[in-house]
Amino acid sequence: MGGSLNMVGYGLAAIGPGIGVGLVFAAYINGTARQPEMQSRLQPIAFLGFALTEALAIIGIALAFVIKAKNS
Amino acid sequence: MSHTGLILAAGKGYNTPGPLEFFLPDFTGKQWNEKGYDVLLTKASVLLVVGAIVAFAFLRVTARRGQVVPSKGQYLGEQAYSFVRNGIAQDIIGAKYRRYVPLLLSLFFFVLFNNLFGIVPFFTFAPFSRVSFAYGLAALVWVIYIAVGVMDKGAFGFLKHTLVPQGVPGWILPLLVPLEFLSNIIVRPITLSLRLFANMFAGHLLLVLFSTGGAWLLFDATGSIVLKPAGVLAYLIGIAIGFLEVIVATLQAYVFTLLTATYIGGSLAADH
Repeated sequence: MGGSLNMVGYGLAAIGPGIGVGLVFAAYINGTARQPEMQSRLQPIAFLGFALTEALAIIGIALAFVIKAKNS
Repeated sequence: MSHTGLILAAGKGYNTPGPLEFFLPDFTGKQWNEKGYDVLLTKASVLLVVGAIVAFAFLRVTARRGQVVPSKGQYLGEQAYSFVRNGIAQDIIGAKYRRYVPLLLSLFFFVLFNNLFGIVPFFTFAPFSRVSFAYGLAALVWVIYIAVGVMDKGAFGFLKHTLVPQGVPGWILPLLVPLEFLSNIIVRPITLSLRLFANMFAGHLLLVLFSTGGAWLLFDATGSIVLKPAGVLAYLIGIAIGFLEVIVATLQAYVFTLLTATYIGGSLAADH
């Protein structure tokens, strides 16, 4: 079975964005539960925050494939 | 230890799928060189054209015979149209949104249908899991939001609007202006394209992993009877991931359109 240690590193790097995306949607759900009529206003904001947070994980997976160890 | 033992006992080795899965054969018989420059026409580029045609056909067919009491198709098309028009364009761009609805609508459906090709039988490849296509689309968006800003405020006005944040003391500007330039002009199109690319890439890789891994565990792996049910399980997970891919495809089309609208809206926003 092949593989690269990069992927373990990527898994570690994805913890941060994971927590971030969780926080974004927690706030979205919270806001919607408190004021259901705000849902349509909150939705683009939530997805914008999600997209920006997710960018970290995306950059991580790109780098995990790009960065190679010297001796491989 | 036991895991390694299982793998070693399992006869013919399993090659984990990697980025090489995405180097599709060329229709004209050209070969990939290490830069990929010689390739002319692969399944991905054909699917891109098919995606554009399908997006056009969908909107054309659903809007062809407008009736007061809509048919099912017209209802679907109208719902999708109003989702993009009201949910994305109007909410994000604001008063001057109407000029940009056609752009956002075609972007949304183009990306959506192309992403859905990743799970359509016989297509099974999302063109945007090749990063060059995503770069191309993001370059288009980049040109558009800069052009919109320049047309709205003039070249100097747009640069000032984008690079100089309001209400910060003057001495910190030498630090902030390069950062704003980096984040608004350079990193934006890169993250826009990489987000679309990496989601489709990872999804396709997961599907390949679970289908080929399931096949290998079921048919090729020898050594332990446990491996057969594990292969069935891998197939079931692969099916579940197929459904997840539908969600991801739709979500990425939505996010791409939303961010395009945000960038255009940012170029149009008034200084205050």
